[in-house]
Amino acid sequence: MFNVIIYIIAAVLLLVSFLKDRTKTKMALKKAWKSFENILPQFLSILIIIGLLLAVLDPETISGLIGHKSGWMGMVVTAVIGAITLIPGFVAFPLAAALLQSGAGIMQMAVFISTLMMVGIVTMPVEIKYFGKRATVLRNGMAFVFSFIVAVVIGVVFG
Amino acid sequence: MKQLIRKYRIFIILIVINALVYIFSPQIGQKSLNITMDNVLYMLSVIPPIFILLGLLDVWVPRETMIRFLGEKSGAAGIIIAFFLGSAAAGPLYVAFPIAGLLLKKGSKLSNVLIFIGAWSTTKIPLLLFEASSMGWDFMITRFIVNIPGILLIAFITQKILTKNEKESIYEVASSMQ
Repeated sequence: MFNVIIYIIAAVLLLVSFLKDRTKTKMALKKAWKSFENILPQFLSILIIIGLLLAVLDPETISGLIGHKSGWMGMVVTAVIGAITLIPGFVAFPLAAALLQSGAGIMQMAVFISTLMMVGIVTMPVEIKYFGKRATVLRNGMAFVFSFIVAVVIGVVFG
Repeated sequence: MKQLIRKYRIFIILIVINALVYIFSPQIGQKSLNITMDNVLYMLSVIPPIFILLGLLDVWVPRETMIRFLGEKSGAAGIIIAFFLGSAAAGPLYVAFPIAGLLLKKGSKLSNVLIFIGAWSTTKIPLLLFEASSMGWDFMITRFIVNIPGILLIAFITQKILTKNEKESIYEVASSMQ
């Protein structure tokens, strides 16, 4: 649904741009293509790595790894799994909810969701391309640590 | 041709690896191919409007405007705008980086661009709604409230820790990119 909104916004703005200035619109589309083409090799590489990773670490395997572990060790394991995998939200949230139902701790799920969304080991090459190594490592490192803070707060609120 | 191979060399290596996996374990190989195909189709379905908006932004929004809204002196307004831009997004995080590159090229403050990335990664509105429906509203709202200062802190600390040279090279790369 949200994708549709973005498509509509893009189409409307493109039309307005076209009516106002054809050459500029042409240039915009050229730039759009160029920036896409520029990053496409990295995108495709990432998608293959994700494919390989998720073929091995499928939801069942992840449940196995996360399900039985608890405490701080369990949190570290789930945080690392979240950091290296890249699962779209519409798969991750039901997975976390199901794991919660089958006995996983709420703090483990909070840290999993947090690192899943904020830390991207697989997408680091793209991030480095734009932000450089140091900024990328800093952002991901701090996001990793921060995920534990989120988990602790969730633990306090729901405990 | 040579240039093209150079550009896609990692991708080619990964395809070879995937083929090897397929040979040694057809089950995992097939599965990974299916997942990759799904993700490629998903990427192709979300990416066109985002890059068209990127192109339009590049052509129509002058550097001065961007500096006013997101630049060094944009202050609290800049922070809020960066937050909303990231939260209103759709698509996976890796799509956010080219947009971040354009924001930098147009003169946005680094910490604001990092706030944009932070918001994109974890407070996207469509995703929040989905989170609430599967994990409950309390869980989503708690995480959201904790995330706001977290995103700001990560952005400010990164901005503080990076040296002047590192920041300059980030801007240089950004302006040579598009």
